[in-house]
Amino acid sequence: MSKLILNRLLLGVLTLFAVSILIFVCTQILPGDVASAVLGQGATPEALVIFRRELGLDVPAHLRYFNWLTGALHGDLGVALTNKRVIVDEIMPRLANTLFLAAYAAAIAIPVAVGLGILSAINEGKWSDKLANVVTLTAISLPEFFIAYLLIIFMAVNVEWFPSLSTVYKDMPFAERVYQTTLPAITLTLLVAAHMLRMTRSSVLSVMSTPYIEMAFLKGAKRRRVIVRHALPNAAAPIITVVALNLAYLVVGVVVIEAVFVYPGLGQLMVDAVSKRDVPVIQACGLVFAMVFVSLNTLADVLVILVNPRLRHKR
Amino acid sequence: MSDQLILEIKGLRLESIAGNVIVDNVDVKVNKGEVLGLIGESGAGKSTIGLSSMCYARAGVHIAGGEIILGGTNIRALDADGRRGMRGKRIAYIAQSATAAFNPAHTLMDQVCEAPTIHKLMTRTEAEAWARQLFKALDLPDPENFGDRYPHQASGGQLQRAMAAMAMSCRPDVLILDEPTTALDVTTQIEVLILLKSLIHQYKTAAIYITHDLAVVAQVADRIKVLRHGKEVEEGLTSQILHNAKQDYTARLVAVRGAAASERAAQGTVKADETVLSIKDCHAYYGTFHVVKGVSLDVKHGETVAVVGESGSGKSTLARIITGLLPPKSGDIVFQGKPLPRSLKERTKELKQRIQLVYQIPDVAINPRQSLMEIIGRPVEFYFGLGRKEVEARASELMNLVELPQEFLTRRPGQLSGGQKQRVCIARALAARPDMIILDEPTSALDPLVAEEILTLLRKLQRELGLSYILITHDLDVVHRIAHRTAVMLQGKFVAFDATDKIFDNPEHPYTQKLITAVPEMRVDWLDEVLAHRKKAA
Amino acid sequence: MKILGHKPTLSAWFGLTVMAIFIFVSVFTPWLAPYGQSQNVGGTWDEPSMAMLMGGDQIGRDMLTRIMYGSRMTIGVALAITVLSFLIGIVLGFVSAVLGGWVDVFFTRLVDVMLSIPGLIFALIILGVFGSSIPVLILTIAVLDSTRVFRLARALGMNLTVMEYVEAARLRGEGLWWVIRREILPNAWAPLISEFGLRFCFNFLFIAGLSFLGLGIQPPYADLGGMVRENAAAINFGMMAPIYPATAIALLTVSVNLVVDWMLSIDARPSGAQAEL
Repeated sequence: MSKLILNRLLLGVLTLFAVSILIFVCTQILPGDVASAVLGQGATPEALVIFRRELGLDVPAHLRYFNWLTGALHGDLGVALTNKRVIVDEIMPRLANTLFLAAYAAAIAIPVAVGLGILSAINEGKWSDKLANVVTLTAISLPEFFIAYLLIIFMAVNVEWFPSLSTVYKDMPFAERVYQTTLPAITLTLLVAAHMLRMTRSSVLSVMSTPYIEMAFLKGAKRRRVIVRHALPNAAAPIITVVALNLAYLVVGVVVIEAVFVYPGLGQLMVDAVSKRDVPVIQACGLVFAMVFVSLNTLADVLVILVNPRLRHKR
Repeated sequence: MSDQLILEIKGLRLESIAGNVIVDNVDVKVNKGEVLGLIGESGAGKSTIGLSSMCYARAGVHIAGGEIILGGTNIRALDADGRRGMRGKRIAYIAQSATAAFNPAHTLMDQVCEAPTIHKLMTRTEAEAWARQLFKALDLPDPENFGDRYPHQASGGQLQRAMAAMAMSCRPDVLILDEPTTALDVTTQIEVLILLKSLIHQYKTAAIYITHDLAVVAQVADRIKVLRHGKEVEEGLTSQILHNAKQDYTARLVAVRGAAASERAAQGTVKADETVLSIKDCHAYYGTFHVVKGVSLDVKHGETVAVVGESGSGKSTLARIITGLLPPKSGDIVFQGKPLPRSLKERTKELKQRIQLVYQIPDVAINPRQSLMEIIGRPVEFYFGLGRKEVEARASELMNLVELPQEFLTRRPGQLSGGQKQRVCIARALAARPDMIILDEPTSALDPLVAEEILTLLRKLQRELGLSYILITHDLDVVHRIAHRTAVMLQGKFVAFDATDKIFDNPEHPYTQKLITAVPEMRVDWLDEVLAHRKKAA
Repeated sequence: MKILGHKPTLSAWFGLTVMAIFIFVSVFTPWLAPYGQSQNVGGTWDEPSMAMLMGGDQIGRDMLTRIMYGSRMTIGVALAITVLSFLIGIVLGFVSAVLGGWVDVFFTRLVDVMLSIPGLIFALIILGVFGSSIPVLILTIAVLDSTRVFRLARALGMNLTVMEYVEAARLRGEGLWWVIRREILPNAWAPLISEFGLRFCFNFLFIAGLSFLGLGIQPPYADLGGMVRENAAAINFGMMAPIYPATAIALLTVSVNLVVDWMLSIDARPSGAQAEL
């Protein structure tokens, strides 16, 4: 089993490398001539030359990649094109903010969604389940900014319970920080919880249809016992996978939410960089987001391995 | 209710949620210590009746009417807790597939001890001691520690026995055995059957034994009830059912097992001087695993050669080698006098056409989204390049050959029965005008009476068209009916290859002997004879 | 009333009706819209009146007209994306499933790596370098989305390839395209159609989200996400302007999801949780 885990960790590292190559290829090789792609048709030849020099495009591609990667491994992600700031210094605090927001949302969403998902599966077909189905279906159909604006109208403008813009800054007291980020966190929670609930429900339902569950009922076990002792241990693995998948939705949702609430996170930085075509910042942000994502997936897969009785006890 | 009656079901009526009647007004009576066999083909409702006796219905099924009286109490009239209290404690279930019935997340001991502890009959320690006793009685390896294993650490036969222990853990009054040996190999089946019978007798448990195999149930049951389409056909003592069946349907079920060597011998289709296929010293591998070890085989024109073996013997691999799906590492294959290219890619269209394959499960062998005309017509169009009218004419001809009505040509497989679908598969094979057809377990998925019709059809086609067959099967009965020569395969090698009569009347190799003696015969005392025979041999 | 042999539920009827309205309006917008796309009719964020049924947008154009044109544009782009992504995903998915071998390994690994980067991030990277023209948007999102379609098509294909009727066709010597077209595709339709509905919703929301960030469909084209962005400031004054286009987006997505949910429930069998005890 430890071999399996090591293999999975190795795969995670390899994936990160592959991802970094992919990002590099997309930003620096695919466009052909990056300079004209970014600066557009109307760029003067001098502007193109300056751009190329700034980005170091006169060096061959594989060397550029190597430099970039080694720099990244040493914590140096280069310098922004637009305002010459050191990228790492820009990213770090914003990454912290984004992770805080994501963790806040996850802390509420995961227990609520998984719990309600399991309950829904147990009560399949009853009106409570049907109601949950319609509500979650609606929730996953709504765009994030819609939910956000509704919340702002009802919680920030009509009644001034929460601020409509989330300003956070370094060394802010914890309670204050929590208060400022509540509305964005709730928005994120609603979005992600709906997906998680639906997926948890279908995972538990498929476990409930197995012959060993029927056997447990036929032995005279009470419903609660069957669910807790027989169904849940086997649903653990698919549920972990579901949670990991939805942390991906979280990353996507975070970017838009940060825009609505003007929250100083990594998503905001990336969106700004994209609109200003600041290639080094785009690369760096992309890499950091991917790292977080790959790490979460790897962690989830390792947990799934740990939970599998077939792997814990060999033949 | 009589003193002896332990379970009585009156007027049971089961419906699907759509309103279709699955079981129609069936009565069941089981006396203490008695074994009742419930026999029927698929769709007869026997499994559903077995579950209903525990007042349990699977999703989609509804118990619409009837009384279920266990030990004097009408359990259908009890509340949910009362019904739950019966299950596992007074009436227990043994499922068909043991591997699926055990929870992979818990040890076997946990699951075997579960029923007595939740019904508060024993403490955990007492339950464990009792479980170990049962493991010993059921001949499981290392009975003291066997319970510590997880389900994936035990074999299929071991799990089936563990499930029997689990069912007996509360010493129930009635056991429901739902096809307990159907999923096992022939040789394992007989071992488990012996153990089940001794267990039932030792603890004087009443039982309902559900199966489609009359010969198997004849060994264990005191009385037999025959079911068809959810209704009762006949009931009586075992010997009476076997030798003196009152109903026509019952008589046909019994007769199916009778050896029909005479049918085969009367065929006279074999042209001994023309060899259609010859394989010499063939070796094949799956990766590094040596699957087929030096097999030599020949088939004459108009002959049926059967290859018999259990799962894992390599017989299906042989079929894949001949059709070219698995090229052998070494060995010569000669077809109609010319060497046959080993892999499918190297064979011409003409060669591919001459060897055809008929599969075991007709449901997945034909495309559910195509009409019969498309399924049968395509090979005609593909191999012979005929125009639309000619294809249709040929398709009509083929339907006649396999005895299916013409109007079925516009239908889809979903509208046909299992036997009809298999006829379509045969028609598709015939469409290519082959010299040889390889039949891979062609009747294993069919009910015994339907299988009989298919075998009759195959014999007829062999007579009329001069076809040669290679029949892959594990069912010795089928071999009896249709094969001129038989090869017995064990772990990739042939241990015998001779005329069918010789092999059955005079088995030389110990494995052949084991195989032949393991097939239950339609006699009540067959099992006892085998036991006596084995005691003598030991 | 039955549709294709099955009776729709209440929610499915709602979904179908709304979808039909949207499709109708989007196709016939130039004839149905009260005003021109960029026509100035009133003042900034005017209240709804008889002249402007949903009020005015941030520079006084008729909100209703803009929503109709915006729906037309956003639906059109989302549809183009989904169709393209399905073409790519299905072809590559089935080919991988049927051929197996290194073809399968190559595409599967490539898709795995692509799926290791969150979709929005990947899209942002590409848009940051290439700009947000409509062809780039369609191509980028289609390629990204095709990874999910690939996975589904490949899984379906692998289940079907082991069916004996596929093996029977290959034994005959039928070509790859014949096998995919006649044996595999007809049996894979049902799950693919529901997936199409789901992916359409996703792509529709995705494009709207990108436009909302200012990185999607660029002005002067009217598009629902962009309209939310342009009218966002009205929220601070308690005015409902951005809610109209946002509601339009929500309405269509909910409707498609309801219909797809109904389609999926047709084939669903009751699970073991509903056994009668």
